[in-house]
Amino acid sequence: MSIRTIDPTTARPKFVPSRRRFDLGSRYTPVLVTLVLLIAMWGVGATRYRGFLSVQMLLNLLIDNSFLLVLVVGMTFVILTGGIDLSVGSVVALSTMIAASLLRAGWPPLAVIVIVLVVGSTLGMLVGLVIHFFEIQPFIATLAAMFLARGLCYVISLNSISITNPFFVDMAQTRIPLGPGLMITPSVIIAVIVVGIAFFVLHYTRTGRTVYGIGNGGQSAMLMGLPVARTRVLVYVISGFCSALGGVLFTFYTLSGYSLTAVGMELDAIAAVVIGGTLLTGGSGFILGSVLGVLVLGIIQTIISFEGTLSSWWTKIVIGALLLVFIVLQRLLTTLRR
Amino acid sequence: MNPTVSKALKHRLFWPIVTLLGLLVLNVAVYPSFFSIRLQDGHLFGSLIDILRNGAPTLLVALGMTLVIATRGIDLSVGAVVAISGALACSIIAGSSDPNSPTTVLAAVGISIMLALVLGAWNGFLVSVIGIQPIIATLILMTAGRGLAMLITEGQIVTINSAPYKVIGGGYWLALPASIVIALGMFALAALLTRKTALGLLIESVGINPQASRIAGVRSRSIIWMVYIFSGLCAGIAGLMISSNVTAADANNAGLWIEMDAILAVVIGGTSLAGGRYSLGGTLIGAAIIQTLTTTVYTVGIAPEITLVFKALVVIIVCLLQSPALQTRLGSLRRRPVTTSTGGVLS
Repeated sequence: MSIRTIDPTTARPKFVPSRRRFDLGSRYTPVLVTLVLLIAMWGVGATRYRGFLSVQMLLNLLIDNSFLLVLVVGMTFVILTGGIDLSVGSVVALSTMIAASLLRAGWPPLAVIVIVLVVGSTLGMLVGLVIHFFEIQPFIATLAAMFLARGLCYVISLNSISITNPFFVDMAQTRIPLGPGLMITPSVIIAVIVVGIAFFVLHYTRTGRTVYGIGNGGQSAMLMGLPVARTRVLVYVISGFCSALGGVLFTFYTLSGYSLTAVGMELDAIAAVVIGGTLLTGGSGFILGSVLGVLVLGIIQTIISFEGTLSSWWTKIVIGALLLVFIVLQRLLTTLRR
Repeated sequence: MNPTVSKALKHRLFWPIVTLLGLLVLNVAVYPSFFSIRLQDGHLFGSLIDILRNGAPTLLVALGMTLVIATRGIDLSVGAVVAISGALACSIIAGSSDPNSPTTVLAAVGISIMLALVLGAWNGFLVSVIGIQPIIATLILMTAGRGLAMLITEGQIVTINSAPYKVIGGGYWLALPASIVIALGMFALAALLTRKTALGLLIESVGINPQASRIAGVRSRSIIWMVYIFSGLCAGIAGLMISSNVTAADANNAGLWIEMDAILAVVIGGTSLAGGRYSLGGTLIGAAIIQTLTTTVYTVGIAPEITLVFKALVVIIVCLLQSPALQTRLGSLRRRPVTTSTGGVLS
C-alpha cells in the first residue's frame, strides 16, 4: 500500500449518521445529546418567557458569543490532539490591549489587526515549540504563556483604553439585516467563516486527519508517517491565531482594551468544547459540537438573565452541573463502545 | 569533573535550589538587611518570616497537590475550595451572636473543614469510582465552586471581627506566625505518614500503574480517593488562613490562581506531572521559590506591572531546565568532556 492511498477525499469520515439502528456508542451521540439539550432549553425558555421563541433570540446568541465561537475553534484543535490551551483568555486580553494602544497611537486599523493576529500566532507557535521539542506538558507550557500574556497586558497599561477609531466603531455598530426584524453583526460573519474553514480543515484535509491521529496516539501517528511535529506545533499556532482573532472580535464588542478582561474565558472555552462532545483525551470530537456547546452556554446565560431573580453566579453552578452531566455521559459512552 | 559536583548536578533538586539561592542572593544584594530577623514582643519579624507567612497557604495547597499529582492526577478545584471554606467560616462567624467566642470559631472552623473534606471526597469519587480524568473531574468543581462560594456569601464580601479567628492567619504561636506552624505541621504529618510508612510507596505505585497496583493487591481506589480528600483538607485550611489574614471572605478573589501557583510549586520541585514519583521537599522548595519570587519583585523594585512577566519567565526557565529533552541533551554535553578528559563544560 503506498502512501498515496491515504487520500483525504476517500479517508474522510462520513458525516451522515448511519441508517443502521440507533447506536448508543456512536461518536455522534454526545453531539446529538447536546443538540437535544439545546432544543429542550430553548423550548423551556420559550414556554416561560415572552420573546424567547424568536429567531432573533438565536441570532443574539451568536452576536453575544461570536468571540467565544472563534476561541473554541482553536481550543477544539488543541483538545483533539490531546492537549489543552490555558492561555486563550489572556491572549484575548493581550489582543484587546495591543489593538487599543496601537489605535490610540494612530495606527491604521488594518495594520493593527494584522499585528494582533501575528502576535497571537507567534505566541502560539512558541508554546507549540516548547511543548513539542522540550516535552513539557501542554498544561504547564500554556500556563506559563497565560502568565506571560497577562503580564504583557499590564506592561502595556494598567488602565482601560477606550477605542474611538471609526473603523472599529463601525464594526461594533453595523447591523447586517437578514430579513424582516432579523440582523447580525460583522463579527458573526467572521466567526461563521472561521468555523467553516476549521470544519473543512479538520474533515477534508490531511492536516485534519493528522490532528485526529495525534489525539488517538502520537506514537502510532508518527509510525504512520504523519507529520506529527509540524501538526502539533500548528494546532497551538491555530489556537493562538484564534485567540487573537477572538480578541479583535472582543474589541468590536466592547470597544475598549483592558488587561483584566476575559479572566477565566479559557474555562468557558474548555467547557463549551466538552459540552460539545469532544473527549478531553483527544482524538474524538467535532467542531460543530463545540459550536453547539457555545450556544448552550449562551442560552444558559440568556435564561438566567430572563429569569431576573437569579443571580449571575448561578451561571457558574449550572455550567458546572452541565459539565458533570456531559462528562459522566462521555464516560458511559466510552465504556459502551469498548 | 569532580564526582561530588556531578552528583549534585544530577540531583533533581539541584536547579530548584540554585534558583531559590539565586533569588535570595538577588534580594540581599539589593536590600542588605534582607536576612535580618528581629524579635519584638515575643514575635519574629523580618522579610524571611514574611515570605514564610505569605507562602503558607500556597505551601499547604501544594502539599495536597503533590500527593494528587503523584497518583498521576491533578486537582484544579483547590482555588474554589479555598474560596468556599473561607466563605463558610466567615459567614458562620458573622452570623453568630458572639463572634469572639472560641466555641463559635471552633465550630465555624470545624464545619468548614468538614465541607472541604466532603468536596475533596466528591473529587475523589469522580476520579476513582466513576473513572473520569482528574483534570476534567476537578474542572467541574473549579467552575461551579466559585458559584457555590458566592451562594454562601450571597454575593457579598463578608467581613468579620473575631479575635480567635484572626489567629489562624495573622496570629503567632511560639514566636512564629501561626500559619507557618500549621502549614509546617501538616507538612511534617504528610512526610511522616507517606515516607515512614508504606503509604508513599503505594501512592507512587498507583501513579505508575493503577491497574497493575490493583492486581498486585494495592487498594488503588481508596488511595486515589484519599489523596483527593487530603488535597481538599489542605485547600480548606488554606482558605481559613487566607480569609483569617484579611478578616474577610471574598468569594471571587480568595485563592484565585492558587491552583496554578500550587501546581507550579510542585512541578518546580521536581515532581513529575506524569505521576509515579514525588518529592515533598521539592514542593517545599517550589513553594518557597514562588513566594520568594513575589517578594523579590517588591524588594528589587521591579514595577508591579511586570510581576507576571517576570514570574512567567522564571517558570519557563525552570521548566525548560528540568525538561527531559534538555536534560538528555545537557547530559550528553556533560558526558562528552569527561570521556575526552577536558573537564566539565557546565561546572
